[in-house]
Amino acid sequence: MASPTTGPSTDPRTPPAGTPTPKRRNTELALLGFAVLITLAAQCIVDLTVTGSLSPELATFGTWFAALWAIAHLVVRRFAPYADPLLLPCIAVLVGLGLVMIHRLDLAGTQVGGSDTGEDAPVQLLWATVGLGLFIAVLLVVRDHRMLSRFAYTLALFGLVLLAIPAVLPASISEVYGAKLWIRVAGFSIQPGEFAKICLIIFFAAYLVDKRDVLALASRRVLRLELPRGRDLGPVVLAWFASILVLVFERDLGSSLLLFGIFVVMLYVATERASWLVIGLILFAGGAFVAYQLFGHVRVRVDTWLDPFAYKDTGGYQIVQSLFGLGTGGLFGAGLGGGRPDQTPVAKSDFIASAIGEELGLFGLVAVIVIYLVLVERGLRTSLVVRDGFGKLLAAGLAFAVAWQVFVVLGGVTGLLPLTGLTTPFLAYGGSSLVANFGLVALLVRISDAARRPAAPAATPPPKLVDAPTEVVRP
Amino acid sequence: MNAPLRRVAISVLALFTLLILNVNYIQVIRSSELRDDPSNTRLLYEEYDRERGSIVVDGNPVALSVRTDDQLTYLRQYPQGPVYAPATGFYSLIYGNRALEKAGNDVLSGSDPRLVVRRLGDLFTGRDPSGGNVSLTLDPAVQEAAMNALQGVTGAVVALDPKTGAILGLASTPTYDPGKLSSHDPAEIRAYHNQVIPPDGSDQANPLTNQAISERYAPGSVFKLIIAAAALASGNYTPETAVPAPDVLTLPGTSTPLNNYNGESCNGGADQPLIDALTISCNTAFAQLGITLGEDTVRNMAEAFGIDDGGGFDMPLHVVPSKIGDIADDAALGQSSIGQKDVQLTAMQAAMISAAIANKGTLMKPYLVDSIQAPDLTVIDQTDPDELGKPIAADVADELTTMMTSVVANGTGRKARIDGVQVAGKTGTAEVGTSGDDAPPHTWFTGFAPAEDPQIAVAVFIRNGGQSGTEGTGTGGDISAPVAKKVIQAYLDAHGGG
Repeated sequence: MASPTTGPSTDPRTPPAGTPTPKRRNTELALLGFAVLITLAAQCIVDLTVTGSLSPELATFGTWFAALWAIAHLVVRRFAPYADPLLLPCIAVLVGLGLVMIHRLDLAGTQVGGSDTGEDAPVQLLWATVGLGLFIAVLLVVRDHRMLSRFAYTLALFGLVLLAIPAVLPASISEVYGAKLWIRVAGFSIQPGEFAKICLIIFFAAYLVDKRDVLALASRRVLRLELPRGRDLGPVVLAWFASILVLVFERDLGSSLLLFGIFVVMLYVATERASWLVIGLILFAGGAFVAYQLFGHVRVRVDTWLDPFAYKDTGGYQIVQSLFGLGTGGLFGAGLGGGRPDQTPVAKSDFIASAIGEELGLFGLVAVIVIYLVLVERGLRTSLVVRDGFGKLLAAGLAFAVAWQVFVVLGGVTGLLPLTGLTTPFLAYGGSSLVANFGLVALLVRISDAARRPAAPAATPPPKLVDAPTEVVRP
Repeated sequence: MNAPLRRVAISVLALFTLLILNVNYIQVIRSSELRDDPSNTRLLYEEYDRERGSIVVDGNPVALSVRTDDQLTYLRQYPQGPVYAPATGFYSLIYGNRALEKAGNDVLSGSDPRLVVRRLGDLFTGRDPSGGNVSLTLDPAVQEAAMNALQGVTGAVVALDPKTGAILGLASTPTYDPGKLSSHDPAEIRAYHNQVIPPDGSDQANPLTNQAISERYAPGSVFKLIIAAAALASGNYTPETAVPAPDVLTLPGTSTPLNNYNGESCNGGADQPLIDALTISCNTAFAQLGITLGEDTVRNMAEAFGIDDGGGFDMPLHVVPSKIGDIADDAALGQSSIGQKDVQLTAMQAAMISAAIANKGTLMKPYLVDSIQAPDLTVIDQTDPDELGKPIAADVADELTTMMTSVVANGTGRKARIDGVQVAGKTGTAEVGTSGDDAPPHTWFTGFAPAEDPQIAVAVFIRNGGQSGTEGTGTGGDISAPVAKKVIQAYLDAHGGG
């Protein structure tokens, strides 16, 4: 896991005293500049290919977009100087590529056989600006990530309420494409589940740090697995049940899978008991089987996944168009503006990855996947390095949430997994997802700042018990 | 917690590797399969980005691609759209390709292997590959005369060069403007399509259906040429042989009477020379002659001319097969012998009968594509005439020519007469429906000229063109023969009067 940017310390838990940890803020600035450059170049290519001339809004877009990251960088430099320098550039290039692709699809209405889907890129840029606002607010308010654990139960309640709102609301306000996970008021669509996800991850981290020792107690060994005590199954069963509720009442396969997956992995990290993974897997398999039997929409998803071409004019239309786009793109892609990604339905949101695969080819799509991988692994690296248990679990949960979501979404649009309604983080059109993910990265930035910050001099008061770098002595 | 964290990190790496492997599978291994899937509209859009070759008639393009400023770069244009539509077809975003735009697509789009050497050149020079041109055998004078003469009716004209099988004219009406179906505006395309396509249940003809090659109809007396050919070829008949020509023939084994046109008498009930029976198109004589010859003789001669109800042929447009149908008994044979009952010919087949007679009994395979040219206009493939067979001997062909000349000179085909030119031909008026007067009959004419040195063979078909049961103003001789005359005249005028 070592990488040159982590500095000389080999054991993250004991940074050698006296060696100044490099802040690497200039690295971040250079990479951000590169991300902005890539975005602007791509935007020019789109304009030139599709319309033949640069659009007059290009200058405004460029200035605005560059200003966003300049401000983000300054805020990080001032308030989280030791933060991981790769997090911000990764999301900058993803958000930039997403904006370019949405802009490119905005123009598709002028092409023959293309449908006019409106001007969404400027709206997305506004959402990115709102996201930056949340990013700054989180860094300003949460000066030490450990303070979040104090609000764990409040956040849990808040998260559950957010999660439940669309299920309770009438379908006219909350339903889009059959999934009830929206609040649509006055022209705005909010997916509260995106924010609920973060609240619940914070809660999971606080709760699991508290209870990890109990949950790690083994009752007996079966097949080399140390099974937990029966009464400790409570929380995992509860999480499983909550996921099922989401599936039933919001008909949202994706969020259900996402939340349960995150919880099980965090449980595993907290307790170091692989048995939790096995139990989680069994519960998942059982739930999936029952859901397949009971719910028509789940069955349709699975059937079209197994043989999309058999349903290419009905339920499989989206995935088949997505595969056509990817196949037509091939190795190098059709070039930005040169393909027909608009042939795939909802290409701006759910299928933006296949639009990228079509126009930037295998190389472009793999590059995007690798950028996600870098982002996730930097998050997990933060988790490894940070000293307190809560921070560790929180960073792991947030990073894994991104990884799991990207895997489920990209797996869906490339036919590896059944389609779910999840959004592609940072890339896809949609305000809630973008804003929420800015908040998520702000938390990662905050924790990574704590992780890489040199150990404070002895003058600091000893940390509270909860925050102590706990390593329980085990037999 | 670090040990499980490391395992999570490795698992994430594994999951992402799985994603990348799957994307490789889709975008590399299954790439061409997905790209070429017929449901993938992207291919069509991509095609529009390439300069498509022209369809050329006599050196002038009748279909060409013109560079535009809009997204689909090249726009397909048809300078004389409706006149050549039966041959060119259209190239539509929404309704796909038709006729030559479809049959010649590989050449026109540049994917034909014969163009590959030049395509490799394109690869190195970075030029967009452009398509080859398809040059047609059509004669502009013939095609225009035919389309003009058919204005306002549903019908077809096929003109062949009897010596080679080259298609000089391929007319079908009602026609349409292929340019309007090939525009870049989907709304305009749909609107025009809905405008030209007759509503469901209507008995109007669909302009997009080629009446000359895609539809077959009862040929009526045109079929008597096959019976005459069979009789002459049997060796038992000459044009002067007297054959029974009763006023009314009661079909064998039935009480059904078979009449002549309008219930007329052929020769006062007496026997009549074969040439005269053909000249006045005597039904009873040919029905009896067919019965006398027997089903096998008739069927064999029909099949020798290509009427075999087989798979049809491609020229390269597909020509549906003509047929005589099942013949249950002598009564059916009698009706079939005058081109009624289940006998159905395409206009192309009717032209092929005349062409074979004109070409001393040798039937040439009709072809529409004269040559294929590379984008730089060098000819890379020239069509060689191809013999389909020799249904009749040269002396039988000569005898039939004499008889057909008599038809135009003295008989039912008088309206095809041209001053100074000997025209040979045969008319046909086919009853439609069972009761005889519910729908106007189809009118036919097939023939060739000049009789002594045939340059052009023609078939004219007009759907429901006649008038049934009334005075003699609605027969093949009245309606179709004048069209044939115009077409032949136009050809001879354009080529030095023959």
